[in-house]
Amino acid sequence: MYTEKVMDHFQHPRNVGEIENASGVGTVGNAKCGDIMRIYLDIDENQIIRDVKFKTFGCGAAIATSSMATELVKGKNIQEAMQVTNKAVMEALDGLPPVKVHCSLLAEEAIHAALWDYAEKNGIKIEGLEKPKSDIHEGEEEEEEEY
Amino acid sequence: MEKLIYLDNAATTRTAPEVVEAMLPYFTEKYGNPSSVYGFASANKEVITQQREKIAEVLGAKTDEIYFTAGGTESDNWALTATAEAYVSKGKHIITSRIEHHAILHTCEYLEKRGYEVTYLDVDENGLVDPNAVEAAIRPDTILISIMFANNEIGTIQPIREIGTIAREHGVLFHTDAVQAFAQVPINVDEYNIDMLSASGHKLNGPKGIGFLYIRKGVKIRSFIHGGAQERKRRAGTENVPGIVGLGKAVELAAATMAERAEKETKLRDYMIGRIENEIPYCRLNGDRKKRLPNNINFSFRFIEGEGMLISLDLKGICASSGSACTSGSLDPSHVLLAIGLPHEIAHGSLRMTLGADTTREDIDYTVDCLKEIVADIRNMSPLYEDFLKKQRK
Repeated sequence: MYTEKVMDHFQHPRNVGEIENASGVGTVGNAKCGDIMRIYLDIDENQIIRDVKFKTFGCGAAIATSSMATELVKGKNIQEAMQVTNKAVMEALDGLPPVKVHCSLLAEEAIHAALWDYAEKNGIKIEGLEKPKSDIHEGEEEEEEEY
Repeated sequence: MEKLIYLDNAATTRTAPEVVEAMLPYFTEKYGNPSSVYGFASANKEVITQQREKIAEVLGAKTDEIYFTAGGTESDNWALTATAEAYVSKGKHIITSRIEHHAILHTCEYLEKRGYEVTYLDVDENGLVDPNAVEAAIRPDTILISIMFANNEIGTIQPIREIGTIAREHGVLFHTDAVQAFAQVPINVDEYNIDMLSASGHKLNGPKGIGFLYIRKGVKIRSFIHGGAQERKRRAGTENVPGIVGLGKAVELAAATMAERAEKETKLRDYMIGRIENEIPYCRLNGDRKKRLPNNINFSFRFIEGEGMLISLDLKGICASSGSACTSGSLDPSHVLLAIGLPHEIAHGSLRMTLGADTTREDIDYTVDCLKEIVADIRNMSPLYEDFLKKQRK
C-alpha cells in the first residue's frame, strides 16, 4: 500500500522531538479525525531554518509526511520553506495512496502554522502565508452516497 | 517462509487441510450438477443433504431449516429484506443494535429508504444490549428483532437467550447474526428461541464464499434469489457443492473441538489481556471481560493511532486489525467503539487481536513484547502524549 520511501520514513522518522523555546510552533488537525501534527521551528537571525522537529498523532502516512516535510524545510530560508507544498512532500515520498493525500496537506499546513507563529512573534509578514485553518478537514467533500 | 503470527481470525481463518481434502474430489471427479437425473450427479444431492444434517445437528435445528448461501453478508441481507417483504402486512418496524455488522446496518438503511422504521438500540460501555430495552422497543408493528450473537470487533456475547424469550413472548421474529459465534460457543436455536441465524464458513476454518441461513419452519420468508428449485426454491442457483462439502467438514471439526478450543483460547486470551494491562500503561480493554468470545482481544491505547501499530506489527510478522479510521478509508473510527462510548481519539488507537486454534503462548509472548516497544515508540512521536506528560508534570 505504501511506497518504500513512505515505509522508510515511517520506520525511521527524521527529526522527531521538541524544540524548547522554538522560534515557531504550529499544531494542525484534530484528534477526532485521527491526525494531529505539530512542527517546531528554530529560525536564526537570517531567517534560515536551523532546526526543525515534529510530533505526530496519526497513521503511517501522517508520520512519514511529517518526517519528509521536516527534511525538506531543514536548512532552507523561510521563503524557500513556503515552497514546500503538499505536492512536493508527496513527490519526495514517491506518492501516497489517494485516501492518504490529506496527510500531505496536513504536513504543509503544519509548516505554515509554525511559520505563522514565528511571523507573529517577530511582527513580520511572510509573503503568501495565510492564517492557518483550525481544522484541515473543513470543506472536504462529503462521502459518496450509496444506493 | 518468515515467521507469521496470525492474530486476525475474526477476519478470516486458515482453511483446515482436512476441509480442503474433503472438497477436492468435488472439483475434478464428482463435479456433476446435483439437479441432474443420472446417478453420477444426483449422488451430490445426497452429499448436500448430509452437510445440512451436520449443521442442523450442531444447532439443534431440522435439516430442511438450513439454507446454503454465499456467506454471512448474504445471509444477513436475506434475513432482513425477505422478512421485511413477507411481513409488511403486519408492519414496517425493525429493532436492531448500534453495534451490528455493516451487513445488518447497511441493509437496515436500505430498508429505511423504502419506508421501514428501524430502532437502533444503544449498548452499555461493554457493548451489551439490555433485554429490557429490546422489550421496551417492541411495537404492534414490529416485525423483526435482529441482534448479533457476538460482536466481531470487541467480542461481546449478547444475552441472546433473554432476547429470544422476549421476542417469542411478543410474537416477533428473532434473527441473530452468529457469524463470529457459530461453532465458537454453544448455540441451540430452540433453547434460545432463534428464528433465523446467519453463519459463514471461512470464520471456522472452512472455505470462503459459503455460509448458511437457518430459517425456522413456519417463518414466512420470500425467495432471495430467483431461478431454479435449489434450496427449496428460496435461494436458486446451482449449489456450490465443493463449498458446501467444505463447510460441512469445517462445522464437523469445529463442533467436535469446540469445548477444548474454547478452554485453550480463553486461557490464552486472559493471559494476553493480563500481560497487556500489566505491562502497557494507558490502555483500555474494550468489550465485556467475561461475556466475551474465547478468541477476542481488543484494546485501545491512548495517544496513538491504530494504523501505525498495525504496520509496525506487520513488520514483525504479526497480523492484527484496528478500528481506526485510517484503516477503513473514512474519517470516523469504528461505529462499535463509538457506540460503547469511546471518544474519537481513543477509538482511533484500537487494536483487535483474534486467536485461532493454532495460536501458542509463545506467539502471545512475542506479540506482547513487540507491542510494548511499538506502543512506546509511537507514543514518543505523539503530540497528545507530549501534552499529557506536560500536564502530569504541572
